[in-house]
Amino acid sequence: MELLDAFLPYLLPIVYAVAMISVFMGLCSYSVLAERKVCSWIQGRVGPNRTRVPLLGHIPILGNLLTGLGIFQPAADGLKFLFKEEIVPGHVNKFYYMLAPVLALAPALTTMVVLPFGRYVDADGITQPLVLANVDLGMLIILGISSLGVYGIVLAGWASNSKYPFLGGIRASAQMISYELAMGLALLPVFMWAATPGSDYGMSLFGAVQSQQTLWLFIWQPLSALIFLVALFAETNRLPFDMAESETDLVGGFHTEYGCFKFGLFFVAEYAHVIMGSALFVLLFLGGWNFLPGLADPWGESLIGTLLSIAWFTTKVFFMIFFFIWMRWTLPRFRYDQVMSLGWKILLPLAVGNLVFNTIIIALYDTFTR
Amino acid sequence: MTDTLFYVFAAITLISALLMVVSPNAVNGAICMIICFVTTAALFVLLEAYFLAVIQVLVYAGAVMVLFLFIIMLLDVNKDTSDLLKDKMTLGASITGFTLLVILTLSVFAGGQHLPETALLPVMENPTGEGVGIPFTTSAKSFGYSLFTKYMLPFQVTGFLLLAAMIGVIVVSKKHSENS
Repeated sequence: MELLDAFLPYLLPIVYAVAMISVFMGLCSYSVLAERKVCSWIQGRVGPNRTRVPLLGHIPILGNLLTGLGIFQPAADGLKFLFKEEIVPGHVNKFYYMLAPVLALAPALTTMVVLPFGRYVDADGITQPLVLANVDLGMLIILGISSLGVYGIVLAGWASNSKYPFLGGIRASAQMISYELAMGLALLPVFMWAATPGSDYGMSLFGAVQSQQTLWLFIWQPLSALIFLVALFAETNRLPFDMAESETDLVGGFHTEYGCFKFGLFFVAEYAHVIMGSALFVLLFLGGWNFLPGLADPWGESLIGTLLSIAWFTTKVFFMIFFFIWMRWTLPRFRYDQVMSLGWKILLPLAVGNLVFNTIIIALYDTFTR
Repeated sequence: MTDTLFYVFAAITLISALLMVVSPNAVNGAICMIICFVTTAALFVLLEAYFLAVIQVLVYAGAVMVLFLFIIMLLDVNKDTSDLLKDKMTLGASITGFTLLVILTLSVFAGGQHLPETALLPVMENPTGEGVGIPFTTSAKSFGYSLFTKYMLPFQVTGFLLLAAMIGVIVVSKKHSENS
């Protein structure tokens, strides 16, 4: 028992982290299903509707309904990736070839440490975030760690030692550098407004959410929101920015030489990035768990209020995931030179202008209201 | 705990830095450099300089090294290019680096100064020591406060240097049009 008491401070964070990763991975697999279902809906098809789990799928009406919705499909997809033969092509650099899928997934899972997903009211009546680590540099940590995610793609392209993956890797690295700048610059005005003088939040995401109790930043800072959203699409390598993958001209891009479970890791990593990006956009611009603009927190301080805040936040995130999928099946892919000129010639000047404009507004506001 | 972590990260930093220098393959070298940057960030975290650590990862490990890898892959620098100029440069660089190392070691051990203490220093009051001020903490806020008050001049000079570098790049890369 004493041993347990000694290890409890170390044990609890591990339990929390494992729980969060489990939920997150579950979300990843079901966003794959959502992608396939929304895609089939947009294209006038039915989508996955045949996978049936023995006992659960044979309950009279419910079983047929769940099967038709494709609820059991992620299990089938996962098993398929697991039981395929592990093939390593002879011409690859084996070490980096094996390392790349891990490097692609790990940053996406690491960033969720600083991602708040709800709020609770502690014994003193102070609102606290539900988050694994509440640090005042939350936003910077997410930017820093997710910028490491590109190494998975670049190394996969290089280690595959064949032409198309290599081109995909090079495109990914150039694209990542171009859009990171615009993304960071678009976020600066948000935190300049959110971290008012006297607040202790700094660059934490909790502070950004708390500052949106009356007015969501999406309404207050539409230009920042737009630049951030476009850069987010580019950073997650989703259509219309999936230059690294681009199956029409690069076969499969960086993962052409990958199969079975290693490809599965890339696949999950893409959806992990989509979910992280959606959650980030909701926290920064869509008010996080605040109910509606003007009506921040009608749920009360009890446990039910906490659960409702989590549920509302998750609903918004689901909407953003749907938005990502919707865009993918609506817009055609950009040409590579269009991606570059959009990043450097439009988004970056726009972000710099937005920053300067907001700085002047804040300076004027401070001068005239004191 | 902190001491153990320090030794682990310091060892990884030194080993990866050494491997980066001796590695014949440019991509291996770049990867070692990334590891070196990330573990340096870990050392910053152990010193409670969180802002510095995050910026280290964001700027160096994230952006600069992606650029390095991009250039290495684009130019295919793995070709054997051991000419006389490169040998001379390697020789000069090693002598300079070794001299700097000797000076550093001498100044730490023989110059009456000591190695920094392993225990963390107590939190100081506002280092600028003027006005109302805010207490000196590890948060980004106090970092920014001293950057924009006490260290304003160095900060601006650094910004000016970066501006000069930027203008230089534009001048070098600009194509001369026929009219001008």
